[in-house]
Amino acid sequence: MAARENRLTIAAGGFSLCGILLFVGLAAAALLVQGGGDGNGLFDAYVWRVSRFTLLQASLSTGLSILFAIPVARALARQPTFPGRVWMLRLMALPLGLPALVAALGLIEIWGKQGALNRLLAATGLVEAISIYGLFGILLAHVFFNMPLAARLMLAGLERIPAEYWRTSANLGMGSLAVFRFIEWPVLRGLLPGVAGLVFMLCATSFTLVLTLGGGPAASTIEVAIYQALRFDFDPPRAIALAGLQIMLTGTLLFILKFVAPPPEEAETSGKAVRRFDGRSRLSRMSDRAWLIIALFFVGTPFVAIVGSGMQADLSRLVRESAFHHALATSVLIALPSAMIAVTIAALMIRTQRLLLAPTTPARRRSMSARLFAGTIGASTSLVLLAPPIVLGAGWFLLLRPLGDVSLFAPFVVIAINALMALPFVHRVLAPAMASHAARTERLAASLGIGGFHRLRWIDWPPLQKPIFMALSFALALSLGDLGAIALFGSQELATLPWLLYSRMGSYRTADAAGLALMLGIICLILTIVGTAGERRSPEGARP
Amino acid sequence: MSSVAVRLEGVKVRFETVVLAFDCTVRAGEIVGVAGASGSGKSTLFNVIAGFEAPDRGAVRIFGEEMAGRPPSERPVSVVFQENNLFAHLDVATNVGLGISPSLRLRSADLKRVDEALERVGLVGFGRRLPPTLSGGERQRVALARAVVRHRPLLLLDEPFAALDPGMRAEMRELLADLHREEGNTILMITHHPEDLRQLSDSVLFLDQGHILVHDPLDRFLERRDTAAINRFLGNA
Repeated sequence: MAARENRLTIAAGGFSLCGILLFVGLAAAALLVQGGGDGNGLFDAYVWRVSRFTLLQASLSTGLSILFAIPVARALARQPTFPGRVWMLRLMALPLGLPALVAALGLIEIWGKQGALNRLLAATGLVEAISIYGLFGILLAHVFFNMPLAARLMLAGLERIPAEYWRTSANLGMGSLAVFRFIEWPVLRGLLPGVAGLVFMLCATSFTLVLTLGGGPAASTIEVAIYQALRFDFDPPRAIALAGLQIMLTGTLLFILKFVAPPPEEAETSGKAVRRFDGRSRLSRMSDRAWLIIALFFVGTPFVAIVGSGMQADLSRLVRESAFHHALATSVLIALPSAMIAVTIAALMIRTQRLLLAPTTPARRRSMSARLFAGTIGASTSLVLLAPPIVLGAGWFLLLRPLGDVSLFAPFVVIAINALMALPFVHRVLAPAMASHAARTERLAASLGIGGFHRLRWIDWPPLQKPIFMALSFALALSLGDLGAIALFGSQELATLPWLLYSRMGSYRTADAAGLALMLGIICLILTIVGTAGERRSPEGARP
Repeated sequence: MSSVAVRLEGVKVRFETVVLAFDCTVRAGEIVGVAGASGSGKSTLFNVIAGFEAPDRGAVRIFGEEMAGRPPSERPVSVVFQENNLFAHLDVATNVGLGISPSLRLRSADLKRVDEALERVGLVGFGRRLPPTLSGGERQRVALARAVVRHRPLLLLDEPFAALDPGMRAEMRELLADLHREEGNTILMITHHPEDLRQLSDSVLFLDQGHILVHDPLDRFLERRDTAAINRFLGNA
């Protein structure tokens, strides 16, 4: 009975894996086959310019994020007890859950032509108004998202430094500079390749921010160019060439991340206060305070702006609009299935992987093919990163077009793309929880013969429901806030909340946009907070 | 019933770097202490007998029956681990009840058996408690209660007292000896403590580097001075 159940699970896992490979593979094949026509005119000056700009903005964004993150992380590490530190840490985790489109709106409120900063500058009468659109805005937005991420990863590294180091350095009378040179910098330097690689990857594949803040062909990345080639110029060959470039770029980056600079583990950072003896001099306290205040304003003001301008919108009218109802319903109808698909597929594949490598399978049956199968499952979550939503969407767009009305298939393609997009994140939430659950209960359940529905109901569901809901919540937030896949397939009929928000922004209905941004931002933030809250896993009673 | 409880013939388990090999015969009704340094293969030996690990070669017979391909729950074996014997989210009575019906279809007679088993291990009134609220010794008693209701003729104990203090260990040894007298079952118990062997076991299986080094009656084992590994274990100068 148990053997049949395992075979069923493995079959379902294999089915999921094939589904993913097929979905990505068909999109890639569509791009390759249809691009096979003429290879000459594809790599024209425009394509090269877009590629160069993609790399340029990603490099600059990464550099600036990291340069900003180092003093912020150091200030947070050196001042482990100031009031509000926990809230500062929470604020630093917030951009992660904010839809890019909402963040862009918040940044425009602060840094845009009519924004708070320019009004301030105009009042002094000294400086020309700065424009957010173009490279400046893209860098700003990327630093807004990635500086807090980098700072949190670095802070976690700094907090892992053994407490004895601080006692020793205090005992030896090491100054602030010496502490940085000999203790902090070596740790940070070790983290840098991983952090920088991760941030670079995120910036090189960023779509929404560049679309909204790029402001024209001069500041366009490969992803945005794919979108424009398909949606406006209707130039499939160019879209195909660009998609190929994007896959090469992300492939190279993934390779580097995998083998040269694996991203650092994100450990629990809040709460645990490390006793440090440096950072108490007047000068270091002042500089730490300055950096923290700058970071607080930089990260915090867009949130304040979103809330402020959102409250000014006529929210009660907005929520009664049929366009809003329609968009909300569409968003939910897309986000719910895609989140559930992502969680189901991830859970099945994790379990299959474990079964394939289980010791009850004798070594001779633990064959190459089983290992290969398990390995492919492990790699598939990275494979998903290889083809960003826009590339996948472009492939399916071209694949489905000959079959008739694309809008007929559009919802399903968007659901599938969103599910795939969430898969790596869902995997990261579920895999450790399922692994420790299995380690704790697998042999016990096997020796008592608890299987099938009863194991799911009594053994697996109670302890795993929390991580499952977390993963689901995170996937929902990702899907609800996404503008990538919907940008290609969206229409009057298929309008999600981000799509509605984007079209209101485009038609200069700023108040409506602000109101929508507030609501979308709140929904996604709540879902993300729920989805990441319980990262500190309870020991589940192994010890009293 | 055969008078041989466990017979391992030419059993080999291959890992990345080492091959473990087991040959032994355990007589029915005995308490056998299993000792050896960590990494000597004690847990793998148990995994092979219980069915958590499939051997690459050789035969595992329990009471004369070949066990190949038989899942853990269909072997005449109960297992008690060092910890995590209980599902932390299910109460004590449910954890014991799973030993009667893995799908938790319990009739009133079954519930009575659960209560009796809990009484037998000295945990009257603990039925509704959750495992995290119990002490380490109490949790191990619940695991023994479950073994009692499962009523399998072979009991494998993988360092069951390792997390307990010396006083508690002595109590648990007495309980185990009592249960053994009542059930007449065969017990294999991994332990790091010579005292456990002296008090409980009829014979000792000593493992070293993936092989069964000796299988002696208790008194002969305690008198051995010819092997460095055993001297180290017994603390002989």
